[in-house]
Amino acid sequence: MIKFDNVTKIFPDGTVALDNISFEIKKGEFICVVGKSGAGKTTLVHLILGLELATSGNVYFEDVKLNDADPLKIQEIRRKIGCIHQDYKLLPKKTVYENVAYIMQVEGKDNAEIEKEVPRVLDVIGLKDKVNNFPSELSGGEKQRLAIARALVNHPEIIIADEPTGNLDPYNSYEVISLLQKINQAGRTVILATHDREIINKLGKRVITIEKGEILRDEQAGRFII
Amino acid sequence: MYEFVNSHKTRNSLMFHMFTNFKRILGFAFNDFNRNKGISIAAVFVLTITILLVTSLFFFHGITSYLTTQIQNKIDITAYFVDDTSEADILGVKDEILKMSSSIKNIEYISKDQALAFFNEKHQDNPILAKALQEVGGNPFLPSLNITTNGDPVQYASIADVLQTSDFSKLINKVDFSQKKDTIEKIYSITKNINIFGLILGIILILIAISVVFSTIKLVIENSRDEISTMKTVGASDWFIRGPFVMQGIIYGIIAFLICIFISAVSAYLLASKIQIMLPGFNIFSYFLTNWWIFVLIQLGFGIGVGVISAMIVVKRHLEV
Ligand SMILES: Nc1ncnc2c1ncn2[C@@H]1O[C@H](COP(=O)(O)OP(=O)(O)O)[C@@H](O)[C@H]1O
Ligand SMILES: [Mg+2]
Repeated sequence: MIKFDNVTKIFPDGTVALDNISFEIKKGEFICVVGKSGAGKTTLVHLILGLELATSGNVYFEDVKLNDADPLKIQEIRRKIGCIHQDYKLLPKKTVYENVAYIMQVEGKDNAEIEKEVPRVLDVIGLKDKVNNFPSELSGGEKQRLAIARALVNHPEIIIADEPTGNLDPYNSYEVISLLQKINQAGRTVILATHDREIINKLGKRVITIEKGEILRDEQAGRFII
Repeated sequence: MYEFVNSHKTRNSLMFHMFTNFKRILGFAFNDFNRNKGISIAAVFVLTITILLVTSLFFFHGITSYLTTQIQNKIDITAYFVDDTSEADILGVKDEILKMSSSIKNIEYISKDQALAFFNEKHQDNPILAKALQEVGGNPFLPSLNITTNGDPVQYASIADVLQTSDFSKLINKVDFSQKKDTIEKIYSITKNINIFGLILGIILILIAISVVFSTIKLVIENSRDEISTMKTVGASDWFIRGPFVMQGIIYGIIAFLICIFISAVSAYLLASKIQIMLPGFNIFSYFLTNWWIFVLIQLGFGIGVGVISAMIVVKRHLEV
């Protein structure tokens, strides 16, 4: 489904964020990308979304070579992926409700479905009292949960979670991880990028460990060891 | 926990889909307009000033073209014929002159009798003149052709030339010029210069105003920079992102238009009598009324045009994520 083929990413300032990495993610997999802060996890996520392009090598999304894909195709791919960004990427001038609804509007869902689904997902994620607040009025944890609600609302084929528990307490972190597990059990592909040792070790899923932009290990039922 | 139901996408017809998108874009635009009231008002304000400048240029054009025709109508040539020239001969000369010069505005034949009648009418309250006329006896007036040119001094000179040198000049007793040639040249160049000067000044002011509008709209959109890139990140199409900004441009344009058409109508109405004192015969309010659709077209076109084009240009810069 997603394939990295000798991908190197060098930023204009000369930083080598990813150094010649190759791996493949199959449909329905639950895959953890772990590594210390600055290892290159977020860059990897951005390459999948076409937010950054590989300096050399190729990233494939279902046979589409992202380096050569036309902008419309990229937008189509982005709509297929529910992404929880490390920096949330919320719409600051829209309310909590509107932030979630926007994702469905982009997909062209009809109003009845939006009116049913948005309150439901906000309720599940624990933000139903904040529907009319703006992102600037939310705590870090609430923003994170809003980002999660937004990534889930369209039932995408693929969920990418970049440090989704970074701002949550252990209890809420556990909730989010088991939510991702459930989604995976329902047949969706999940990519979880994190530097949280405990989560990884409990999960027992495939782990790709990266350090300084290089893949250190790629193990089924892996553990976080650096 | 969250029940993960498989949702199957219902694909509506394309038309319905486009209509839904349009409604959503409109909704976003009104929402953004409301939530950024301060900056929206600023945008409407600068747009209003711009449209008013364009409008006043148009009023200015109305005034100068009225003035020009007024002056040009006063520049005429009268050819008096010898006393017993037949009417047929005079009309023949008239045709001849018309053939010679294509841009003559008007040639009017005034017969001996008409000339007398005009004189009597003009001086009916003046018994002394009437008495003098009686003493002369008969009709002392000469038949004439009154030629109105388009005011161009070159043409004026060439007609004068024709009247004095061609075959029929022996029929002509005397040629009367309403103005001296150099006076005409002066008037002609003044009106021309006023027009050019007004146009250039107007265009400069309008360009400045447009750049202010552009900067203001840029400010509105720059304010939404992160928002635009986030929308792009979640897969929104360019038109879905651009739409609300363009629509806001249209809203600014329509509001500014409504303000301007109101201001134009009211000020034309209030100033009409004052301007009529300076320019007798020119009513600026009737000018507005007879040309109202041009005003509407210019103001609406300019308002929406500038609003939309600025929005398109600025958003385009931020869409490249
Ligand atoms: N836009 C950028 N320009 C330059 N360097 C960047 C940019 N984004 C990330 N980097 C660098 O690339 C490396 C990897 O960053 P990142 O992928 O964010 O790591 P992680 O998500 O694992 O913490 C870091 O050294 C970071 O400073
Ligand atoms: Mg990161």
